[in-house]
Amino acid sequence: MKKFDKERVLLAVAGPVIALAVAFVLIAIVLIASGKSPIEPFSLMFEQATFSDIQVLIINQASMYYIAALAVAIGFRMNLFNIGVDGQYQLAAMMAAVVGAHANLPTVLQVPLLMLTAVCTGAFWAGIAGVLKVTRGVSEVVATIMLNAIATSVIGYLWLPSVFGVKVGNNNTTGEMHESGWVPGIDLGDAGEIYGLVFLAVLLGIAYWIVLNRTRFGFDLRASGASETAAAASGVDPKRMVLTAMLLSGAIAGLAGLPILLGDTHTFSLNFPTGIGFLGIGIALLGRNSPVGIAFAALLWAWLDKASPELDFHGYDKEIAVIMQGLIVLSVVVSYEAVREWGLRRQQRRVGAELAAGRVLGADNNTTKEVAGR
Amino acid sequence: MTAVELAGITKRFPGVVANHDIHLTVRKGTVHALVGENGAGKSTLMKILYGMQKPDEGTIAVDGEHVAFSSPADAIARGIGMVHQHFMLADNLTVLENVVLGSEKLYGIGARARRKIMEISDRYGLGARPDVLMEELGVAARQRVEILKVLYRGARTLILDEPTAVLVPQEVDALFDNLRELKSEGLSVIFISHKLGEVLSVADEITVIRRGTTVGTAVPSETTPRQLAEMMVGSELPTPETAESTVTDRPVLAVEKLRLEAPGGKALLDDITFTIHAGEVLGIAGVEGNGQTELVDALIGLKPADSGTIALAGEEITAWTTRRRREQGIGYIPEDRHRHGLLLEAPLWENRILGHVTEKPNAKGVWLDPKAAQEDTRRIVAAYDVRTPGIDVTAASLSGGNQQKLIVGREMSSKPRFLIAAHPTRGVDVGAQAAIWDHIRDARREGLAVLLISADLDELIGLSDTLRVIYNGKLVADADPATVTPEELGSAMTGAVTGHLEHEENPEEPSESPAAAPGTPEDEAR
Repeated sequence: MKKFDKERVLLAVAGPVIALAVAFVLIAIVLIASGKSPIEPFSLMFEQATFSDIQVLIINQASMYYIAALAVAIGFRMNLFNIGVDGQYQLAAMMAAVVGAHANLPTVLQVPLLMLTAVCTGAFWAGIAGVLKVTRGVSEVVATIMLNAIATSVIGYLWLPSVFGVKVGNNNTTGEMHESGWVPGIDLGDAGEIYGLVFLAVLLGIAYWIVLNRTRFGFDLRASGASETAAAASGVDPKRMVLTAMLLSGAIAGLAGLPILLGDTHTFSLNFPTGIGFLGIGIALLGRNSPVGIAFAALLWAWLDKASPELDFHGYDKEIAVIMQGLIVLSVVVSYEAVREWGLRRQQRRVGAELAAGRVLGADNNTTKEVAGR
Repeated sequence: MTAVELAGITKRFPGVVANHDIHLTVRKGTVHALVGENGAGKSTLMKILYGMQKPDEGTIAVDGEHVAFSSPADAIARGIGMVHQHFMLADNLTVLENVVLGSEKLYGIGARARRKIMEISDRYGLGARPDVLMEELGVAARQRVEILKVLYRGARTLILDEPTAVLVPQEVDALFDNLRELKSEGLSVIFISHKLGEVLSVADEITVIRRGTTVGTAVPSETTPRQLAEMMVGSELPTPETAESTVTDRPVLAVEKLRLEAPGGKALLDDITFTIHAGEVLGIAGVEGNGQTELVDALIGLKPADSGTIALAGEEITAWTTRRRREQGIGYIPEDRHRHGLLLEAPLWENRILGHVTEKPNAKGVWLDPKAAQEDTRRIVAAYDVRTPGIDVTAASLSGGNQQKLIVGREMSSKPRFLIAAHPTRGVDVGAQAAIWDHIRDARREGLAVLLISADLDELIGLSDTLRVIYNGKLVADADPATVTPEELGSAMTGAVTGHLEHEENPEEPSESPAAAPGTPEDEAR
C-alpha cells in the first residue's frame, strides 16, 4: 500500500512539473524567436526574488491570489466554474470600503463587520448565479461572466459622488475608511509591510482543507464533483449543493480584496487591483485545487508579477511574465489530464498485475473455464 | 457468399472476459440477428467488428479477406457501417449537411452530394428530405438519416445496435421494410436485439450469444421464441435457488398506486402496488425500459412520485429525501454501478463512505472519521472477498465483479431493512455472482426485504419468493417462482399474457386473476 501512496505523490508532482517545464521551454522559444537571450530574463527575475522588498510584495500579492484561487477551487471541486470571482471580490471590497467609511465601531467589531460585509456581498453576487442555475438551469459560467460586467457597472454607479463616491482629484474613491477598520501589518522596516490579512489567507487554506477532507459536507461536495449521478444516488441534493457551493465560493471570493483594502489602500478607488479573480482561475488550476498546491501557484504568480517590471530596465518586455502565465495555464490543462489518465491506467495495470500474481489467478481460470464450457 | 466472418474472437478486459471464442458468419444479402441478454457481450463484439476495439485473439474476414481494423475509419473503408443506438446527429444542421459531415471528400457538399443522397434514398425507400433541419425530424426519421449516412459512406454491411429500442411498433414495421429493401439489394445487416419477436420476424439467421460466447445459431422459420429464449438464458448457470421460504407476514415496504410521469404527462409508472415483507425477495421481470429504472428511482427518492404512496415499515416515506431514506434503512445496489454506485477515481475507503456519509462508522457528528471508515473498508474487503491489493487504490482499478462486491458489502454493512437490488450480478463473473447471491440470501434469512430487478430470468426465478412482471410501466402479471419457467415469464414480459401466470400443469386455473390462490407468497405481496 505504501507503493500506491508514493505513486500518488509522484502523480501529484508530475503534472505541475511537466507543465512548468513545458512552459519554460515554450517561453524560451518565444525569446529565441525574437532574437533575445532565453536565459537572462529568468536569471533577472530569480535575482529579484532574493530582494526582501520584492519578497514582501510577492507575499502580499500572493495572499490575495490565494484567496481568490480558493474561491475558484471550491467551485472546481464540484464541477462548478465560478468565473465571477472577479466581480465578486471587487464588489465585496467596495461594499466593505463603503461600510468602513461610514460605520465606526471599535476595532474588535469593526474588522469582523467589514469581513462579514465582504463575505455577504460576495456570496450574494455568486448566489444570483447559483439561484439561476438551480431554478432556471442557466449555466453558471454564462451567469457569472454577465455578473462580472454588471458588477463593473454597479461599482461605477456606487462611485458617483451622489451615492457613496468621494472624488480625490481625478480618482474615484469611496472615501477613507475609519482607522478602526485598518488591519495592522508586520512592519519589516525598509522591506515594507506584510499585510495582516496574509494570515487570513493561511487560515482560509487550512479551513478549506478541513472542510473538504474532514467533514460530511466536504465529502458530499467532492462526491458531487466526482460524479453528479453517484452523489445524487448517495443522498446529496444536487440543487442544494450547487447553491451552497456557489454561496461558499462567493463568500471566499468576497475576502480576496480585503488584505490590500484593510492593510494598505483603506479605500476602494480606481487604483484598486483588478483581475485577481481571473488570475485565481489559473492559479487554482495549477494548484490542482489543493490548498498547498494553490499556495505554491499563488507565490509563483505573484513572483512573475512582481519580478517582471525589472525586465523593462534590461531591454526585455515585462509582458514575458504574462506570456509565461498564459503558457503555464495552457500546459497545465493538457499535462494534468494526460497525467491523470496515465496514472489511472497505470494503477489499473498494477492492480491487475498484483492480483494476477496472487491467489486470484485461480479464480480467473475458473471464469474462463466456465465460459469455455458452454 | 459470406459478407463478414468472425472466428474465434476473444476479448479480455482487466478481470473480465467480455468475449470468448466467438464465431459469427454473416451471408451477403441477409439480415443476421445477434441476440443475447444485456451484458452478454454483443456490444463488445460489434465494437470489435467496427474497429473500435481490437480483439485479443481471433480473426475477422470481410468478403473472404482477412482484415485488421485499428479504427472505425478502417471498417468504413471496408464497407462496414454502424448505426448507433444513440444517434450522432447535429440538430441544427439539415439532413444533407448531417449526411456529408465528415465525408465531404466523397461527393462534395453540393449538388453531387444531393444527387447521391436522393439516389440512395430512392433505391432503399428511405424517403430522405435533404433540406429539412434535423431538429424537425422524429426519432424514426432520424434513424433513417443515420442509415443513410452509413450507406452514403459506401457501407455494404450495416450494424444496427438495438435499433427498435426507441421506436413504436408501426415505426418498427417501417424499419423492417427498409431492412428488407437493403438486403434485396445485396447488402447485409447485422441486427442486435434482445427482443425475440422482432428478431424472428426480420432475421434470416440468428446467432445467440450468452455470457460472452456464441452458444448457437438458429433459423427463424424453424425456431420458436421459446427455443430462442432457452438458448439466450441457458440453464446450466450456478442456480440461485433459495432453499426454504423465509417470508414473514411483517410488511417492510408497501407501495400503493404509485405513478410517475415523464415531462408532458406520459406515465412512466402507473398504478404500481405491491408489498414486500421481511424476509421476502420480490422479483421484477421485464424487458429493459419498461419502467424498472423509474421504479428504482422512485423508491430511492431520485424521482418524486406524481401520485401514490411509499411506506417503509408502516411509515410513509413518499416525501423523504434520498438521504433520509438511506439513513432509515434502504440499501441500494444500483443498476449502473459506475454512474450511481461508485466514485471511480476515489479510493475504495471513500467509496465505502459514499451513500452512508452520515452513518457510523464513517462520521461522528458533522465530521468524517476516515480512520474508522478505512478500518471498516478493510473488514468489507475481507468479508466480501473484494480482491484488491489495498483500500487506497481507486475503484476504477478493480474489476466489475469486485466493484460490485464492494457495493454489496457497503450496502449490507448498514444493516438495511429494505434492499433495492437492480441487476446485482450484471457484468459480474460467475464466482462473484454466486457470492452476491449468497449474501442476498443470508440477509433475507435475517429478515431483509429485497426488491430484485434483473434481466437474468434464472436469477429472478431462483432468488425470488414472489415474481411480478412489469410491462409499459405497469405490473401486469405475477407468478410463483417455484413453478414458473423462463419461457412463461418471457411471454408475459412481452405483454402477451397478463394476470397470474399458472404453470401449464394446471391449465384449468383461471389465468386473469392477479390475486392468486391463497397461501402462495404472491398473494401476500399484493
